[in-house]
Amino acid sequence: MEHILVLIYLIASVTFMLGLKMLSKPDTAQRGNLIAGLGMTLAIFATIFLYRDGQGNHLGNLVWIFAALFVGTVIGYIMAKKVQMTAMPQMVSFFNGMGGACAALISIIEYNHMLHMTEAVDIMDSGKMIIILAGLIIGSVSFAGSMIAYGKLEGKINDFNLPAQQVINIGLVLGIAVLSGLFVMDIVTGPFWFYLILTLSIFYGLLFVFPIGGADMPVVISLLNSFTGVAAACGGFLYDNYVMLIGGILVGSAGTILTVAMCKAMNRSLLNVLVGNFGGGGASVSSDGGAQGSTKEITRSDAAILMKYASKVVIVPGYGLAVAQAQHICHELENLLEEGGVIVKYAIHPVAGRMPGHMNVLLAESNVSYDKLVEMEDINPEFNTTDVVLVVGANDVVNPAAKTDPSSPIYGMPILEVEQAKNVIVMKRSMKAGYAGIDNALFYQPKTFMLFGDAKDTLTKLVSEVKSL
Amino acid sequence: MGVLEFIHQNIDIIYLVILMIFVGIELISHVPSVLHTPLMSGANAIHGVVIIGAIIVMGQAEGVLSLILGFIAVILGTLNVVGGFVVTDRMLEMFKKKK
Repeated sequence: MEHILVLIYLIASVTFMLGLKMLSKPDTAQRGNLIAGLGMTLAIFATIFLYRDGQGNHLGNLVWIFAALFVGTVIGYIMAKKVQMTAMPQMVSFFNGMGGACAALISIIEYNHMLHMTEAVDIMDSGKMIIILAGLIIGSVSFAGSMIAYGKLEGKINDFNLPAQQVINIGLVLGIAVLSGLFVMDIVTGPFWFYLILTLSIFYGLLFVFPIGGADMPVVISLLNSFTGVAAACGGFLYDNYVMLIGGILVGSAGTILTVAMCKAMNRSLLNVLVGNFGGGGASVSSDGGAQGSTKEITRSDAAILMKYASKVVIVPGYGLAVAQAQHICHELENLLEEGGVIVKYAIHPVAGRMPGHMNVLLAESNVSYDKLVEMEDINPEFNTTDVVLVVGANDVVNPAAKTDPSSPIYGMPILEVEQAKNVIVMKRSMKAGYAGIDNALFYQPKTFMLFGDAKDTLTKLVSEVKSL
Repeated sequence: MGVLEFIHQNIDIIYLVILMIFVGIELISHVPSVLHTPLMSGANAIHGVVIIGAIIVMGQAEGVLSLILGFIAVILGTLNVVGGFVVTDRMLEMFKKKK
């Protein structure tokens, strides 16, 4: 029977690799997810029924295991089914935190187990202790950090800066490292120190995510995601379990690459995201924004006329569109204009929405056709033949300062060059700055018109204006 | 010394870890940015494999404390797995619809 378990773990490991591979191509992505899910299910049930410990004993407490599986499945399924597409990033963060907590709990139980089992500490035990501690620390940092990320994206927790935040964070990391070293070397022993390390790790997880601004949150979630992968791999080490090891390490390395790719899309280095936050620090920069002046407002009927009689309109959707749940009405506007013979496209900035690809998901949800979503590199050359650009709830991704102003915190970030178009209509709730906390020179340009109001509300009225023309 | 001996005893695993790091990098290095979010979510579900560890400790748990902690661990791990895969599926469902 044990041979079968090993074989099933092998199959599951292959499904993980295959699943990840398929997830990276649009055509196969959904099947890839399904395959990895099947592999996981297989591995879980095989473990329950076929696992034997060193003495050949089966697993006990089966009733409890099934009860827990049942509870987790029901809650997880309901949460995942009910969540709004706009709230997807925080949902991922929440589930990630659960995985981290699970890894940390395993370490706690194993430590208690060791306390009862061994008197003498030999080499293998210190090796084992390193892994237990690694799982504990990484898992709890990931848990605490993910929960804060979740709370922040839900809007339940605000940005928060301790004085001398960096010093405290570095101190915590050093403290955890030194304590762990002493603990493994048996210089400090006992549960007190073990739980002290746990507490410090949770603290570190909290403080590490607290000051990071909303715009950088996806990067942090992705990073914590790979942390949890490593924590899961620690479990694999602990039980000599290859499927855990492979699954964990795969996610750890793939997650790291994904994190770096996200940073690149925003033209920021990972270090920059983790150490410097542009939400707070950037605000002071705005004073020398340079392109001050007056903005022009446009009435809804004028905006409707402008778009109705254009030959090409490009819509730039931003997070403002998503929070207002305006993607459906946006699609309606698109249909209406298309019926009138206007070419309508969507310009998708790589980090539009809350995460790379998030905007595509949201627009896809409201049935916007895939070939209408044009990525930044492909749409930028088209702007000079565009009559009207409609910016809905986006700001930093269309800020020309990223190209022209070396002192700007977003300098160097690739942007949608909407200022090339003949007319720009910016739909915004107010003149408030975007996530980067900086002013946008685009708003003061002569061809730019502002249309203030809630995205959904304004779009709805715009649709009826276009209809009445 | 101790550390070297530890490495020697676990050399297979260490090889595996290093290979898997490269596989992970290779597997997703050409992913279009459109798929970043679903991919992250899918990867999130896969690290839910930590649940196997939770099942093993739970199955071996004696004593009330271990049982309770194990119970919670299995629930949290299941949340990670089920929630992760279902959310990813929902996201990808939207991509499929329009063609």
